[in-house]
Amino acid sequence: MTAPVSDRGRKAARLGLGLLLLAMALVAIALLSLTTGARAIPAETVWGALTAYDPASTEHRIIQDLRLPRTIVGLLVGAALGLAGAVLQGATRNPLADPSILGINAGAALAVVLGVAFFGMTQLSTYVWLAFIGAGAAMLVVYAVASLGREGATPVKLALAGAAITAVLQSIINAILLTSPRTLDEVRFWQVGSLAGRSIDIVFQVAPFLALGAVLALATARLLDGLSMGDDVARALGQRIGLSRGLAGLAAVILAGAATAAAGPIAFVGLTVPHVARAVTGPGYRWILPYSMVMAPILLLGADVVGRVISPPGEVQVGIVTAFIGAPFFIALVRRRKLAAL
Amino acid sequence: MSIALDTSRISRARSRAAARRHAVAGGLAAALVLGFAAALYLGDYPVPLDGVIRSLFSPLTGLTDRGIDFIVLQVRLPRAILALLSGAAFALAGIIFQTLLRNPLASPDIIGIAHGASAAAVFSIIILGWSGLSVSLGAFGGAVLTALAIYLLAWRNGVTAYRVVLIGIGMAAMLAAIISYLFTRARLNEVQQAMAWLVGSLNASRPGDIVVLGGAMLVLVPAMIALLRGLDAMELGDDTARALGARVEINRLGLMLVAVGFAAFATAAVGPVGFVAFVSGPLARALLKGAGRGFLHASLVGALVMLVSDLLAQHLLPNTQLPVGVVTGACGALFLLWLLMASGRSGRVN
Repeated sequence: MTAPVSDRGRKAARLGLGLLLLAMALVAIALLSLTTGARAIPAETVWGALTAYDPASTEHRIIQDLRLPRTIVGLLVGAALGLAGAVLQGATRNPLADPSILGINAGAALAVVLGVAFFGMTQLSTYVWLAFIGAGAAMLVVYAVASLGREGATPVKLALAGAAITAVLQSIINAILLTSPRTLDEVRFWQVGSLAGRSIDIVFQVAPFLALGAVLALATARLLDGLSMGDDVARALGQRIGLSRGLAGLAAVILAGAATAAAGPIAFVGLTVPHVARAVTGPGYRWILPYSMVMAPILLLGADVVGRVISPPGEVQVGIVTAFIGAPFFIALVRRRKLAAL
Repeated sequence: MSIALDTSRISRARSRAAARRHAVAGGLAAALVLGFAAALYLGDYPVPLDGVIRSLFSPLTGLTDRGIDFIVLQVRLPRAILALLSGAAFALAGIIFQTLLRNPLASPDIIGIAHGASAAAVFSIIILGWSGLSVSLGAFGGAVLTALAIYLLAWRNGVTAYRVVLIGIGMAAMLAAIISYLFTRARLNEVQQAMAWLVGSLNASRPGDIVVLGGAMLVLVPAMIALLRGLDAMELGDDTARALGARVEINRLGLMLVAVGFAAFATAAVGPVGFVAFVSGPLARALLKGAGRGFLHASLVGALVMLVSDLLAQHLLPNTQLPVGVVTGACGALFLLWLLMASGRSGRVN
């Protein structure tokens, strides 16, 4: 019985090669993100700015101070959102799970609004902890509301509970913003979801969380594969269901919270990418997770580049571009199939 | 063992259900009258109770007092009437959607219709520089177009509840992104103006709103009652209903149109006041305990929620007039918690 083994080996080789190609595409899009903008900067100059930085050159300063942090934030946030979406979809066995659909973004946003309005926080860097707390609390409540009733948290109920909690949180946010113009002015640029104007400090601030979340998420791959066989089978195989879901949920909250803290709420990246990844790799989170992690920043940076050139001289924030790519995808997904649990 | 039905027991149960329906309706109506009286009586400018009554009847009696008449007839009365009408309209929109989509969370302010109205209104305020009535028109158009888009996108050999709900949520997320984008494109004072509209308020109620909303309800309520006759069959499921001869699709489309009409007219009048549509139906059914579908009761609950929320919004904080949407938003949060605890006990959602 060597055939299945070599089959598996061939599949692993094929998927590994695919991952390598995607990584190269990611490098290419990162380079595009460095060269594209209000002022087009040729690749040689970019290379010069990275290797032999000359503070006297405006173009070098643009690269070092603006585009490099922006690109790195895009890479990290994209990877985090892709992983968070894949882990959430696996842990809840819900094809529609996404940080924005499940109310995680709204929870982070409310926490940030509270911090700005009542504790005078104005630094992007102080938003991180707030966004975490908000994201985690919102996810717990949404899952609790969706689990009501006998059939448990079905995709439709989870999405509805997320939308309902989002509406509640949004109305609280609106009430605060209405009474505090200062907060409104501060938050409206964060709330749209953007990679622009992020300094390299933000990267250092969220990177440890993203690393922790990514390790945790990738480590849950086996557990997610177990869960995907259904709770009963997984339990029969000796898996501790609650612990698995808890670990996966923790990973998702850390990743989504840190990503939201860095870039603001960005919808639909976490939703769309794991589906594309799954279409390439087939079932099995050992491959879905790394594919999502590499594909999502390609989408996010690509959307950011598109947003930079689509309406000169201004920019369209990346959160808007991803919403306009993601929402039609979401609708197509809903139309296409019966939404059987994953 | 006798096969014959114990008809006396059935008729007793029926009359008990009818008694419950009447008692709940009576209680709600009494609370509404009290709330209405309070809305006319309470305010910054003290008007004695007999002054309120004299003022109300002044068109008949000719006993006028210009100051008091202005406050009672021009300020408080229109506001209270608009609260009643819009509350009832939101509630009916909500309970129709919740019934058709068979889910207590699926009200128009959750599944994207309110978002369509909001995005259109924010666009007309920030980009087109509109204000007042034209914003209301824009909101109306936005709500209707969004509902139409959701219905068409959800159509695939018919429309299923879960597709409408999920596509509505997807549309809502996209429309929310548009609103955030518009917010970054405007001056702060325009954003504040748009924000005030988004929360929803009775502070700027105009007499024209009452005429338009009242007129719309005069058409929509009878249409709803006519269409509701087919609903009993529909609740048994599409196939059963079709077998019973109900024209399911036409009936459902008609009811959805009516519900969108309620939501759009109410939103145009007072803004997307959150959660009145969401809470009224389930609250009415909780009061009825299975003794009826509760459409009439839901409209009474909606009117009451709106009226009381507006009273609280006006008088809760001294020297501050909150918009009514802030209070109803808090109601929504409380309601979700209640849903959580109630179903924790019974193991059911509705």
